[in-house]
Amino acid sequence: MLCNICKQKRATLHFTKIVGEKVHKIDLCEDCAKKQGLADGSIDVTDFLLGLDVSQPSDEPEVEELKCPVCGYTLSHLKKSGRLGCPECYNTFADMLEGILKSMHKGVRHVGKIPNAQHSGKTVAEKIRKLQEELEHAVAIEDFERAAVLRDEIKRIRVKLNESEDKKL
Amino acid sequence: MNLLDFLTPSPEIAKREGPDDTIVISSRVRLARNLKNISFPGWATKQDRIRAMDLMRPAVENLPQMKDGFSTIMDELSPLDKQLLIERHLISREHAVKSAGSAVVMSKGEIFSIMINEEDHLRMQALLPGFQLESAFNKIDEVDTLLEKQLDYAFSSKLGYLTACPTNVGTGIRVSAMLHLPGIVLAEQINQIIQAVNKLGLAVRGLYGEGTDALGNFFQVSNQQTLGEEELQILERLQKVVAQIVEHESNARTLLLEKQKTAVLNHIGRAYGILANAYSMSSKEAMNLLSLFRLGIDYGFFPNTIRALSDELFLICQPAHLQKLYPNTNEPEERDIVRADIIRERLKDIKGPITK
Ligand SMILES: [Zn+2]
Ligand SMILES: [Zn+2]
Repeated sequence: MLCNICKQKRATLHFTKIVGEKVHKIDLCEDCAKKQGLADGSIDVTDFLLGLDVSQPSDEPEVEELKCPVCGYTLSHLKKSGRLGCPECYNTFADMLEGILKSMHKGVRHVGKIPNAQHSGKTVAEKIRKLQEELEHAVAIEDFERAAVLRDEIKRIRVKLNESEDKKL
Repeated sequence: MNLLDFLTPSPEIAKREGPDDTIVISSRVRLARNLKNISFPGWATKQDRIRAMDLMRPAVENLPQMKDGFSTIMDELSPLDKQLLIERHLISREHAVKSAGSAVVMSKGEIFSIMINEEDHLRMQALLPGFQLESAFNKIDEVDTLLEKQLDYAFSSKLGYLTACPTNVGTGIRVSAMLHLPGIVLAEQINQIIQAVNKLGLAVRGLYGEGTDALGNFFQVSNQQTLGEEELQILERLQKVVAQIVEHESNARTLLLEKQKTAVLNHIGRAYGILANAYSMSSKEAMNLLSLFRLGIDYGFFPNTIRALSDELFLICQPAHLQKLYPNTNEPEERDIVRADIIRERLKDIKGPITK
């Protein structure tokens, strides 16, 4: 892939930015990126893209905007309001939300109350199995921080489970 | 039923007592919950909002906590009634502007209030006088546990309770205490306190007005994070911080009296002088002066005067409360005159601040 500006060198830097309803993509070589002030983040990608107007329909087809399949809420709605359309939106916009949630909250995983209906023996077992899988994966990719969190979570659920079993007896 | 007949009379409200209530006016815990498979109220169609309301409202009304309660759709409340509920902290400003498909259900005695289709399908709160955060939490947690048996909540094992705004996702909990901090404000330490509390991930706001312009020296401290921490941890953190602020305020009051007694008496005496003699007073001015009067009562400068007097005046001097009591006061200027009349009348047998 060649650089969009000089059209000579190989593009090694790729920028994506959503402006209004459109997804803009631009591929640059390192030199041109530096010249445009993009490599060190000294100028905003949006401003750059708006000025350059890379949206001209030259080569790439327009990318369709991300939209919740359940409620029709779009990424631009989310960006404008900071709110979501429906519970399913959390899955639809998961990639984008992850960073937001991380910067906002203490963690990115719920700990705390669980509705009873989702807490019955069968679902808890299922939950533990899921967490086990996640734990194995975390170990495999050597994300030990995450693995530790998962291990504690599994422990916590097991203790809770035992407590509620004890109560029944 | 008339809303005013349902609400606890202002003198009764003012007489309620709780731990540390010289400083902690009230404790509140709010939970945000949503139904599965229905868009959040801000994005749902009107039909969907009504459908959601019809699912939730009977369940909420039938809670044992709501026995003898008051339930109404928002369209049926007059603007004045809505304002009254805001002043009682029973609905939010956002909820007051909602119309079709929104409702509120309140318990007799006003401990519980559940807003239906505010920003989330359900916003439920328990509000208690004084420093009783844990008790407020237990009360609203019970309500939530009863409701979840009948309603299908939107919940994800990874993100917890799903809410319209990502700031509430997870536990959906907002724990807050309303504080009266005239000592810290007079000692000019409020900005330091606000900064220190902010650093702990908690928010401090003026209860009326913004930031340090907090009217009447009333502040609200609350948690901002809801994900990645259990309810009880959030609660404990807030309890600790509130306890520290209470101690700080007590110390500030003691120190002011020791080191700057004349200045303190001067502030309180002047506030009393205006309250007891003015013929027109805005609610803003009343709040600020009543705050100093309340401090004077706490100091014992007004013998035989109970704090309930200042607290009742705080309540009835607010625009909607005043207009309900005196229906012919539609204009702010008219209310300013009536407000001053009420305060003068209540203070006529009270002498200026004295110390032994
Ligand atoms: Zn280039
Ligand atoms: Zn959606």
